Amino acid sequence: MKVLMFGWEFPPHITGGLGTACYGLTKGLAKQNVDVIFVVPKAYGDEDQSAVRLVNASDLIIDTADTDYQEFWKKITYMEIGSNLIPYVGPEEFKRYAEENKLDEVTLDEKVYRTKFTFSGKYGKDLLAEVSRYALIGAGVAQKSDFDIIHAHDWLTYPAGIAAKKVTGKPLVVHMHATEFDRSGENVNQEVYEIEKKGMEEADRVITVSNFTRAIVIEKYGINPDKIFTVHNAVDPSDTEVGEYQRHVKEKVVTFLGRLTFQKGPEYFIEAAAMILKRDKNVRFVMAGTGDMMNKMIKRAAQLHISSNFHFTGFLKGSDVDKMFALSDVFVMPSVSEPFGIVPLEAMRSNVPVVISKQSGVSEILKHALKVDFWDINGLADAIWGLLHYDSLYKMFIKYGKTEVDNLKWDNAAFKVTEVYNSLFK
Amino acid sequence: MRSICFYFQVHQPFRLRTYRFFDIGENHYYYNDFENSHILRRIAQRSYLPMNDLLLKLMKKHGKAFKVTFSITGTALEQFQAYAPEVIESFQRLAATGNVEFLAETYAHSLASVKSKTEFRKQVELHSKKIEELFGQKPTVFRNTELIYSDEIGEMVYDLGYNTMLTEGARHILGWKSPNYMYCNARNPKLKVLLKNYRLSDDIAFRFSHHGWPEWPLTADKFVGWLNDVDAKEEVVNLFMDYETFGEHQWKETGIFDFMSALPGKVLKDSPYKFATPSELGSTMQPVSAIHVQHPISWADEERDLTAWIGNEMQDEAIDNLYQLEEKVAKCSDPEIQKDWHNLQNSDHFYYMCTKWFSDGDVHKYFNPYNSPYEAFINYMNVLSDFIIRVNQNCGAEGGEYHKLIEKTEELGKEIESVARNTFKKTAAKVKAVFEDEKGKTYTFDEIKDMSNESLKKLVKEVDIENWVYALKDAGEEFTEKIVPNFTKKAAKEYDKLKEEIKIRKTDIEASRKSISEKISKLFS
Repeated sequence: MKVLMFGWEFPPHITGGLGTACYGLTKGLAKQNVDVIFVVPKAYGDEDQSAVRLVNASDLIIDTADTDYQEFWKKITYMEIGSNLIPYVGPEEFKRYAEENKLDEVTLDEKVYRTKFTFSGKYGKDLLAEVSRYALIGAGVAQKSDFDIIHAHDWLTYPAGIAAKKVTGKPLVVHMHATEFDRSGENVNQEVYEIEKKGMEEADRVITVSNFTRAIVIEKYGINPDKIFTVHNAVDPSDTEVGEYQRHVKEKVVTFLGRLTFQKGPEYFIEAAAMILKRDKNVRFVMAGTGDMMNKMIKRAAQLHISSNFHFTGFLKGSDVDKMFALSDVFVMPSVSEPFGIVPLEAMRSNVPVVISKQSGVSEILKHALKVDFWDINGLADAIWGLLHYDSLYKMFIKYGKTEVDNLKWDNAAFKVTEVYNSLFK
Repeated sequence: MRSICFYFQVHQPFRLRTYRFFDIGENHYYYNDFENSHILRRIAQRSYLPMNDLLLKLMKKHGKAFKVTFSITGTALEQFQAYAPEVIESFQRLAATGNVEFLAETYAHSLASVKSKTEFRKQVELHSKKIEELFGQKPTVFRNTELIYSDEIGEMVYDLGYNTMLTEGARHILGWKSPNYMYCNARNPKLKVLLKNYRLSDDIAFRFSHHGWPEWPLTADKFVGWLNDVDAKEEVVNLFMDYETFGEHQWKETGIFDFMSALPGKVLKDSPYKFATPSELGSTMQPVSAIHVQHPISWADEERDLTAWIGNEMQDEAIDNLYQLEEKVAKCSDPEIQKDWHNLQNSDHFYYMCTKWFSDGDVHKYFNPYNSPYEAFINYMNVLSDFIIRVNQNCGAEGGEYHKLIEKTEELGKEIESVARNTFKKTAAKVKAVFEDEKGKTYTFDEIKDMSNESLKKLVKEVDIENWVYALKDAGEEFTEKIVPNFTKKAAKEYDKLKEEIKIRKTDIEASRKSISEKISKLFS
């Protein structure tokens, strides 16, 4: 079986969990004898290509004379709505993009009808324009390639998926890694919502990363439940040895790791930290990551007078993440709405017990994790306290946590995905 | 004679409220009153009350031929008294028929039998007293929490004065043997042991309403048929189950009440069995052999062991921490601490921490207030942390010393106080006497000789210099030496001057001395 897959990012150049998930899944699929053509907007050249043929969209020559493209372009122009949509971007980047885009008065047509497109490869202010252009390229790739199924990851690639389906008539699977409601709460961006809805309506199968997301898809997008399948994510076994890093603080360390955005609930972590520090000063809290709520969080920590025990690290990646886990005693993910949430699995893989919100997909599959409602600051503080103070609890998590995560294999997830593929040909 | 022995277990734990770490040391109330009263009242309405009524009717109908046995924990009785006293009355009506036996067990439905012999004895005695108080009969047969039994526990029970005990007819203990005989303890053969027939018991307790069960629906006829199928040589069928089976585990709609209503009549009519209580069986039956139970068994789960309550790290830490307090609590008379000490021993708390269910995927959620064993553990440990603080403050070794010190200090304080009071009284009396002496006393001019300079200075100011001149005339050096140095410079000059100028008559001298005497009286008495 051959699958044409549309993604937006791929390790090591990632800004969120999507790249990691795509990577794990394609590796798992390769073991199931599924060939994958993975299309990303811009390949840097150092991605791990052992599992997939990575097509760099920027390198693709488009024949603008082809009438199909022109016709398709007409179809997708209505989806092109440039505006202030900037997911996955930190405050500095936000500013830079905004300034750049004020100067950028180039019309879309000019960009589109160049023979070779260059994608920024990052999410920017002209994101929707890029999404549209990516769709155009997608159709081109589709027409020139041989495959059985189209698989599109997240809304950014749905137009490409739809385009490819229109051009080739092959079945389309869309993969919901997150919904607009997770990203923005109830203040959804209508354009993004429409693209997601359209993508799922056009799709022959919808894969959601959790039942939590599946419920949102049914309830808020009105998608037919019969074609929605949940495939939980997994995590790769760690290649770092635990204990490789030397700890420099004698206090216990409680860690938050993720983008500092509404979705991730960093403020609940701070409030819980303050409650614990009132009782026990021998704890340090670390907030790793960056995002639009960073300054607010720094201010709040100062207001609560906990800054001496509350630390911000900024964005961590690669080995820094493993290092952070090695230094942590408890990992906390208080997400307000988390379609899946792969980071707690990485923490458990490094022998760190986790406290996660019930509003997360990962809480559906984990047994050896403490689960609280994200808004329940008391419960959150209590769970962290329990892990820090009751030895046997900590030991239980160490004993069972890693094994549990090691059994969540991408191979199993990939197997479920192939089952979804196969159901298309029955 | 072949017998059927029905025994029903009645227990409800004191469920803990959500108790956060910041409550530790601040808030000493541990229970979820709303949940406890709510659950208790619900089960009373659905199960205890209707089933008691049914049993009462059956006893009226069959007279002495129908008998049942109950074991009701102290914890459950306390909750009935608090939330549903009509249930106690209903049990009392059953007790009054004379066809109902009550068993002894640990007051708090605790695991004391495997943790502490002394605590075990105390709780059994406390429970026995409570049963006697409420139902007018002293239990003579023992059943342990969750039917937990071992050779050692059996021996301990005999030492407490019971000669019959109930436990599970666990397959791994019995092997080829049948549970339908009387057995005896392996260490002390004087203790008789009755074993639960788990197949026939569970047919009623667990499988009754299970539609996937090939034997469904179960009728009284069918059940009596099975009883008749039991080998004719076997003497007793022990049907032991939770009382909540009737109306709560098996809802009224499943027909469980109809089944129980029909069963006694059918048994008495169509089978050779009679109904009997454990104490009757204990006094009439002879054991066929000893039963060897080295490691404790119970009636829980497939394993029929203690792993539902003890064994994982969390359960062990919690229960060990709890029983470490035993000695200190024993020295403590505070009724609140005693109450919490019992309630924290409810086996249910440890049951909620069980992680076994993870592996077979069968999460035991029935009546379980927690979403996971981890939450159960954290909550319990928070409560226990507070309890430990209270115990250390109020009783225990350090607490005891502390209290002795306080008592000593108080005694000493009282002593000091009484001494101080007496001294004060005496002084006050003296002062009073002096004052009374002085009061109203008329002073003479001679008084001046004994007066202090301070008083004289006061006096000098109050009297005209002229008067002094008269008064001191011929009064002698004793007087002038007292008075003159107390004059101001100005007054002294005037005195010297007037002394030369004024002609003094004897009457003037008398009058002046008299007026000065009056002045003294006025000033100092």
